[in-house]
Amino acid sequence: MEILKTYKLYIGGQFPRTESGRSYLVESPDGKAIANACLASKKDVRNAVQVARKAQSSWAAKTAFNKGQILYRIAEVFEGRKAQLIEEMCSLGASIQEASQEVQIAIDRCVYYAGWADKYQALSSSVNPVASSHFNFSVPEPMGVVGIVACQETALSGLVSQMLPIIAGGNSVVLLANSKKPLCAITLGEVLATSDVPGGVVNILTGNVAEMLPTLAGHMDVNALCLAKLPTELMVSAQESAIDNLKRCIIQTQDFSEASAQGMQYITDFQEIKTTWHPIEQLAGGMGGY
Amino acid sequence: MSSTNWNLEPSLESTAVVQIKAQYELFINGQWQAPLSKTYFDSVNPADESHLAKIAWAQAQDIDLAVQAARSAYENVWSKLSGAERGKYLFRIARLMQEKSRELAVLETLDGGKPIKESRDVDVPLACNHFFYYAGWADKLQEAFAGREVAALGLAAQITPWNFPLLMLAWKIAPALACGNTVVLKPAETTSLTALKFAEICQEAGLPAGVVNIVTGYGDSGAALVAHPDVNKIAFTGSTAVGKQIQKACIGTDKKLTLELGGKSANIILEDAPIDQAVEGVINAIFFNQGHVCCAGSRLYVQESIATRVIEKLKFRLQSIYVGNPLDKNTDIGAINSKKQLETIERYISLGVEEGAEMYQPSCHLPAKGYYCPPTLFTDVAQSARIAQEEIFGPVLTIQTFRTIDEVLQKANNSPYGLAAGVWTDKGARIFGLSSQLQAGVVWANTYNKFDPASPFGGYKESGFGREGGLHGLSAYLKFIN
Repeated sequence: MEILKTYKLYIGGQFPRTESGRSYLVESPDGKAIANACLASKKDVRNAVQVARKAQSSWAAKTAFNKGQILYRIAEVFEGRKAQLIEEMCSLGASIQEASQEVQIAIDRCVYYAGWADKYQALSSSVNPVASSHFNFSVPEPMGVVGIVACQETALSGLVSQMLPIIAGGNSVVLLANSKKPLCAITLGEVLATSDVPGGVVNILTGNVAEMLPTLAGHMDVNALCLAKLPTELMVSAQESAIDNLKRCIIQTQDFSEASAQGMQYITDFQEIKTTWHPIEQLAGGMGGY
Repeated sequence: MSSTNWNLEPSLESTAVVQIKAQYELFINGQWQAPLSKTYFDSVNPADESHLAKIAWAQAQDIDLAVQAARSAYENVWSKLSGAERGKYLFRIARLMQEKSRELAVLETLDGGKPIKESRDVDVPLACNHFFYYAGWADKLQEAFAGREVAALGLAAQITPWNFPLLMLAWKIAPALACGNTVVLKPAETTSLTALKFAEICQEAGLPAGVVNIVTGYGDSGAALVAHPDVNKIAFTGSTAVGKQIQKACIGTDKKLTLELGGKSANIILEDAPIDQAVEGVINAIFFNQGHVCCAGSRLYVQESIATRVIEKLKFRLQSIYVGNPLDKNTDIGAINSKKQLETIERYISLGVEEGAEMYQPSCHLPAKGYYCPPTLFTDVAQSARIAQEEIFGPVLTIQTFRTIDEVLQKANNSPYGLAAGVWTDKGARIFGLSSQLQAGVVWANTYNKFDPASPFGGYKESGFGREGGLHGLSAYLKFIN
């Protein structure tokens, strides 16, 4: 007798059920029941934001090198879960070839952004030649807590491509999974839980995006939103709720199955630039020779 | 410490260098055009409440004409020029501004009330330098973004505030033109004159008609500009409340938006700081430009062990601050920009007293006419007090004390704003520790209120998004093709 898996939420490094106790049926395109997933509530969203906020500063404080190592570790653990992820995608209607390709893209993105974790800073920083006796430099800093609405078309490649650059940049994340295809998202949570990503850095909720998004978009402790393609009305209301605390809203409608849908801008779109000034003492004797 | 008595001989800057017209029209398509509605408003000198000029009040149909002119100039002229050629126009504008710098400075002071020494030594030179700086970027945009293809956005709608009228115009127009966009700019209603003078400079520089359009008016003019469907980019500097309205108006459009909004910046003095230097820094942080500075260091945090000394020194220093005629070269604090703003500041000062904070103002003689406010300190301020939370935009400083670094970090970051911060300490490691934890777009360590075209400026949190100045200021005016 086969043992069926219960798909739960991923919050704070744990796999809790939704506090609401609700679940929904995940079906294949031909209407076959595949699994039950948690129908997360507004309260789950708020809990996840709280946990993400707690985790953010220590995640950002890890060295860039260490963050790169952890992202690479995700790729390693991912590799071992390939078969399961492909099976999950196939059960929701993908062909084996499509599913394998999508998993491969997701793994490649981990390696790609692992490499970026300690390089985007140098490329997006500057030492600014101000016309006064000051040392002046600008560096990127993470925005903080980022709410992600995952791509609602792909099961895995989209959410991975959205999430990785955001955490590579030191942010923490509350991610609303693809409503219809949530299985890979939770399996990804299992990958993250076993790959040294500290609990709370990535939090994954399954359920009805239209129900959860208003709470996420209006939350005063979320700094930015990364929004995949959504129905117009939902998109507009999310952006309107975002105004209260001036959230940065980045809309990502790229086809993430494309190999080209990656780059440093996916990291820097979720960075602030901080500029620091300090006076330089003028020394009488020195002409600056080495 | 004994009180000082400063009796300075007035040293007035001559206004002979400026010719203010009786009436100003809109600058559209390289020409002066009367507003279709024939409506005008008065511009007043806040230093003595005298009438300066009548200024055209642009309505939606005027805005439409300006947008059409900018679109046509973009399609037919500006987008066809090479970056190098665009750069030459910007260099030429910068030079003309330098040549007219005295005139611009006096005009800025007459119109806005800021001390002549500030418009002369800060606003105008920085504005010129901003054009010089971005002129040089015009033909190097591809190099600025390795591996990416960039292009102009098209038409930039820009709305500037009244606190640094010409400088904010430069922050907006210089990068926009360098990146290949054309511009419709609406200056703040109380300070239109230097923008209109700038229009004359554009004519004199032979800038093709329609590349820069200046439409004067109130908030309704700005709202019409923001709402215009043919605008590709909006850049706004002003209040957070208006910024949020603009963000809302852009939803569902492709308009690229940058916002530079309010602030309530923390200025932190640690016990090992060089005290006299820090006190001067605090004075500059809050009283520069009458405190009409979005990044003003309006919340002072002093470590408990030195608080008594610092407050005593600040009070002493306040007695030698000269409040008066902005055209007087001795003046440190000029006129408050408008009657409305003076009322706002005075309301906050009474609120501070009502909230139970202790107020200190030096006795100083204020001119009989005009809008003036003495430098004001509040001690015994609660973190939750409205005067410590809300942007006052005037010469009002709240002072709080702290014991530990963790405490001051928590207090400093406990604000919806995140524009700037100041740190005063002799310890290098502490500067880096604090500056990396402060949620602010600009951190001044052992200095304050320094600006430079090469230095990116802009906020975290509700102080806005996007950067102006430096390499990072370019991306606000470009679209990325790949």
